Amino acid sequence: MTRDIAVVAFAQTDHRRTSDELSEVEMLMPVLHEVLDRTGLKTADIGFTCSGSSDYLAGRAFSFTLALDGVGAWPPISESHVEMDGAWALYEAWTKLLTGEADTALVYAYGKSSPGSVRDVLTRQLDPYYVAPLWPDSVALAALQAQALIDAGETDEPALAAVAARSRAAAEDNPHAQLRGPVPHGEYVVRPLRTGDCPPIGDGAAAVILAAGERARELCARPAWIRGIDHRIEAHGLGVRDLTDSPSTRLAAERAGAFERPVDTAELHAPFTAQEVVLRKALRFDDTVSVNPSGGALAAHPIMAAGLIRIGEAAARIHRGESDRALAHATSGPCLQQNLVAVLEGDPR
Amino acid sequence: MSKEPVAVVGVGQTKHVAARRDVSLAGLVREAARRALDDAELTWADIDAVVIGKAPDFFEGVMMPELYLADALGAVGKPMLRVHTAGSVGGSTALVAAQLVAARVHATVLTLAFEKQSESNAMWGLSLPIPFQQPLLAGAGGFFAPHVRAYMRRSGAPDTIGSLVAYKDRRNALKNPYAHLHEHDITLEKVQASPMLWDPIRYSETCPSSDGACAMILTDRAGAARAPRPPAWMLGGAMRSEPTLFAGKDFVSPRAGRDCAADVYRQAGIADPRRDIDAAEIYVPFSWYEPMWLENLGFAAEGEGWKLTESGVTELDGDLPVNMSGGVLSTNPIGASGMIRFAEAALQVRGLAGDHQVDGARKVLGHAYGGGSQFFSMWLVGARPPDA
Repeated sequence: MTRDIAVVAFAQTDHRRTSDELSEVEMLMPVLHEVLDRTGLKTADIGFTCSGSSDYLAGRAFSFTLALDGVGAWPPISESHVEMDGAWALYEAWTKLLTGEADTALVYAYGKSSPGSVRDVLTRQLDPYYVAPLWPDSVALAALQAQALIDAGETDEPALAAVAARSRAAAEDNPHAQLRGPVPHGEYVVRPLRTGDCPPIGDGAAAVILAAGERARELCARPAWIRGIDHRIEAHGLGVRDLTDSPSTRLAAERAGAFERPVDTAELHAPFTAQEVVLRKALRFDDTVSVNPSGGALAAHPIMAAGLIRIGEAAARIHRGESDRALAHATSGPCLQQNLVAVLEGDPR
Repeated sequence: MSKEPVAVVGVGQTKHVAARRDVSLAGLVREAARRALDDAELTWADIDAVVIGKAPDFFEGVMMPELYLADALGAVGKPMLRVHTAGSVGGSTALVAAQLVAARVHATVLTLAFEKQSESNAMWGLSLPIPFQQPLLAGAGGFFAPHVRAYMRRSGAPDTIGSLVAYKDRRNALKNPYAHLHEHDITLEKVQASPMLWDPIRYSETCPSSDGACAMILTDRAGAARAPRPPAWMLGGAMRSEPTLFAGKDFVSPRAGRDCAADVYRQAGIADPRRDIDAAEIYVPFSWYEPMWLENLGFAAEGEGWKLTESGVTELDGDLPVNMSGGVLSTNPIGASGMIRFAEAALQVRGLAGDHQVDGARKVLGHAYGGGSQFFSMWLVGARPPDA
């Protein structure tokens, strides 16, 4: 690419099981203020703004229109929205910066899962004629994937329990996480998945600032340069996919340049333990990669923000000098249908 | 750094109707996509990425339908983005797709927007009660009628202007085989005698509810060189947003709309839109929005837009034809409506608009807005590529 673009700031809420007392705008505003404060920028200084969210989570049409109030969008701003995880909003913002039409971008995402039954809500993502009427919920579909993986001899229940334990132990150091420390693996929700194999249900928001070239160096001591970013989608019908593999992740990683040199850190958006196993295989990780040092989606899973948080967490580690080359991953749809991979690097020290 | 020029080499849409009971959502979008590919003489394999848009998921009751539609749109193994910016989404979706080409991330992109309103009930989809938030006041007409009144008071426009717009757009629609409403017996008197819905907006001055999809193939300079038919070149494109509700907002002529147009004109080197632009497809869901947007877009001075309409300037054979396709007033698959405006602008400069072709259309504006006049997206396309 002809233009270097970096994540220069990241902020997120404390993710919580419920946030009844807050509207989405109220939940979002402190995060927007925090991420702007980190760079000293004001809304008026931002060249492009893009957000990710879902009307179905909010329970109303055009829910994102109000979120704009939190940005303080006056005078009018150059702005767009994807009805997807905020990681894809970041992708749109990255392409905008590549064109040279803007030098900075504010990207935010939010989701409140607490007002409804998120397992039921997510069934509405499925083929509306043949599958959705059966209401197969997100945990049941993830359990199919986990069982396929076990049947293929690629993992077993104790290994999945270890993924959960490692993630939540790592989250001890993450003040924003919802589930931290020793968490009982629990009863079966849908075999072979137990409570501990599933993400917590929670509310939260996150925001990132991108900047191009010299602007990034002015705004951040050690920018997290986006060396590559790509995303791919797979077929929707689970029957035509090999659930033990993630070819879309592998292809996105290839296009993002992830295999050119090893990464030291990875933030994977794997809401269910078995999905981490699938992603590790697709990304050809060995034991040298530190996976989900933040605790990952098993420690906090605000839907629509969780993917953007992976990019933010990876970038923040580079900002702090804890990583030199990190991979961030986001997913969307049942059983890892759609996947995005970004490769971030810090300047040599 | 320089951007890659973006060309429209394929346009496809469905025949818009009240209810397409013969196709699924997947069938509907695939129909439009196939027609766009046929226009460009390309195959699914030539497409590098898909950018899809629609208005709220509640309109069909499918959450994030891009997941389900990936197969139907040949997106498997490719990048797929889903844009949602309320009623402006069709325009925004095209701009996001164009950006992928301009940024040289992809060479050829399929962009598509749709709505299948018959699958659900749009009034219900817009009327979910949320505590402490203003409801949409009995559909969009109830929201916009007071702002039309404000325009009439400020401009002194005679109360016949709205009916002239509706009469014109419905007659234009008769020349467009894809338009939803084909009212062969339309007369000005019939428009003026139609029931009053939200004073001053009459039944015949409102848009229908349509099922439909619109698709475009966008490509780079090399792709345009291979195109079998003349391409439309993007000369400028922009989005602007402002909050729907705040003290001091000018609902008659929102600043976001003016700023958006100014940005597009700057990119396209348009000094005087009235002189330099040959025709415009403007998002007019209620007839009075034609004179209002003519002012907002700089085609007329403040308070003067209705005079262009009244004098026939905006007629198909006028000096500045507006909504040659019949416009949103004749066809409104909400999520697709913005893209149809953009696509019609492209068809005009390609010389492929059929019976509603404007002779000598070289530079045409496509315009969309959404929310409570909150979101704006526009592009200007030309018959010739942008200056290097």
